[in-house]
Amino acid sequence: MREITLSQAVNEAIAEEMRRDPTVFLMGEDVAEAGTPFKVLSGLVEEFGTDRVLDTPISEPGFVGMAVGAAMTGARPIVDLMFGDFIYLVMDQLCNQAAKQHYMSGGKLTVPMVLRTNMGATRRSAAQHSQSLQALVAHIPGVKVAMPSSAYEAKGLMKTAIRDNNPVVIFEDKLMYQDKAPVPEEEYLIPFGEANVKREGSDITFIATSSMVQVAEKAAETLAAEGISAEVIDPRTIVPLDEATLLASVKKTSRAIVIDEGHQSYGVTAEIASRLNEKAFYHLDAPVLRMGAMDVPVPFSPALEDITVPTPEGVAANARKLCAGEMIYAA
Amino acid sequence: MTKTNTEDYLRMYTQMVRIRTFEDNANQLYLSAKMPGLTHMYSGEEAVAVGICEALTDDDRITSTHRGHGHCVAKGAEFKEMFCELLGKAEGYCRGKGGSMHIADQSHGNLGANAIVGGSMGIATGSALRAKLQGSDDVTVCFFGDGATAQGLMYEVMNMAALWNLPVIYACENNGYSEYTKTEEIAAGSITARAEAFGIEAHQVDGQDVLAVNELTQKLVARARKGEGPFFIELMTYRYHGHHVGDINREYYRSKDEEKDWKENRDPIVRFRGYLVEQGIATEDEIEAINAAVEKDATDAVAYAEAAAYPDVSEVDMHVFAA
Repeated sequence: MREITLSQAVNEAIAEEMRRDPTVFLMGEDVAEAGTPFKVLSGLVEEFGTDRVLDTPISEPGFVGMAVGAAMTGARPIVDLMFGDFIYLVMDQLCNQAAKQHYMSGGKLTVPMVLRTNMGATRRSAAQHSQSLQALVAHIPGVKVAMPSSAYEAKGLMKTAIRDNNPVVIFEDKLMYQDKAPVPEEEYLIPFGEANVKREGSDITFIATSSMVQVAEKAAETLAAEGISAEVIDPRTIVPLDEATLLASVKKTSRAIVIDEGHQSYGVTAEIASRLNEKAFYHLDAPVLRMGAMDVPVPFSPALEDITVPTPEGVAANARKLCAGEMIYAA
Repeated sequence: MTKTNTEDYLRMYTQMVRIRTFEDNANQLYLSAKMPGLTHMYSGEEAVAVGICEALTDDDRITSTHRGHGHCVAKGAEFKEMFCELLGKAEGYCRGKGGSMHIADQSHGNLGANAIVGGSMGIATGSALRAKLQGSDDVTVCFFGDGATAQGLMYEVMNMAALWNLPVIYACENNGYSEYTKTEEIAAGSITARAEAFGIEAHQVDGQDVLAVNELTQKLVARARKGEGPFFIELMTYRYHGHHVGDINREYYRSKDEEKDWKENRDPIVRFRGYLVEQGIATEDEIEAINAAVEKDATDAVAYAEAAAYPDVSEVDMHVFAA
């Protein structure tokens, strides 16, 4: 199978859906000729013109709000939010407006829009361009949240998101844009709420999102050489969450580590770990462990930044302890 | 005076009376503790909603505010579904999930009231962007108050609307008060100048004169349909009640004399009624008959809503996501 980058996968998904459905359009800062700072959207304006690929002023609440209104009246906008950190700027439009229209109207209004943005630290971009804020959005009822872990997922989830009748936020790991993966030439969609068992194992389950899937896979590889068999599961969407697949795995392995690049406290890892505790407690041989980013603003210095996010070595070390029956945190 | 004008004028009068009557009944429901929560009365501002909405078709969209009953009625909504919504009943426009501050009536192009001040400015402008992109000739009117001019969102979307010539009309209902504070204490400079800074044609009009509002809006809507938008209108009006129905002792920010002056000398309904009679468009008896019919319609709708069923509890997690 051919291999393409995550960036090309996103571009292909959007182009295919724009060809398929004339109501789909793109808007955001520098999405047209510039193709975004990451060049993810390069070439789209040449094919679809400036009517469907709109460069906006630097007015995040304004253009996200406009996407909500366009979506409520018959269009399918894809909004590009240049950095995930800017999501704080659009919280009213996303969480008070987009997320609630369908419910508040008793099902009459729908908001079929996609907000594509990014996440991920270790790019030396400091505290306001490095955050992974998926938990903030996942907390709000009415918004779906997709977290692609490779080019394959990026394409399939994007196409599903564009066809979904709800607001969907897609967090792409900005460090993975140039990573290649096998992506079929023929069309495919990845349904929301279906986790992917990336690697089967019997001793411990790693539930990892986006960038952390690679981290978990590397840890599993290391552990395999030591005789520890780790299962790696990628939920692919955290809203909706495929709880059944996660529970089935944890009931089988009886141990779990949940890994996500967002801050650990009150985060995605906490939510998933809590559900496993509630629903699989009597199958567990060890406490479910959370591994998120440290609860500090992302520091600039490489010496500091690298230690704020989970690493394969860290995951493997914790897995060894859990499998050996050792305590991670002293009682 | 042509026949068409007569019909238009009587419909405008009737719609203004319907708004006032709806609000009087809603206020009574609050005072008699039959309505859950609070509501914000539109009384006094009827000529604004009616003058504007009478210049629109069902294909044209509006976005509304927390003080939204007037826009909802003026855009064609029915009393029964509105009172049901105010009382949280299943037959309400939003199945009781929205309430007074979120009534939406998509069948008449009302994209919904919004409880965030200025919160619908993006939605209105986006609706207009969709119209332009899809080659549709509908126009969107964004209703908001003077208080909302303090929100940054307004400047972001007016900028884009002007850059892209969007068919949107920003209708600023200046009722003199931003919640419990005089507008002059929260707004520096002129309100119309805010729009003019973006090159948007802005007008100020007497919001108590339904014909003046309607005439101006008709012209602007026609021009917006041809791609000459956006436009901005500042409508000088007055809120008879407090910020909400519970804001009763309000002399610390507004005198009774001032309220009396607006009610006695500038009431939009009294004023238009006088005009209709004076011009021979309607007799006093015909006016009274309209008033009585509206009153009966409201009484019946309130009784219906009071007796109507609440939504089944199984609906609580319905409509979080669309299929």
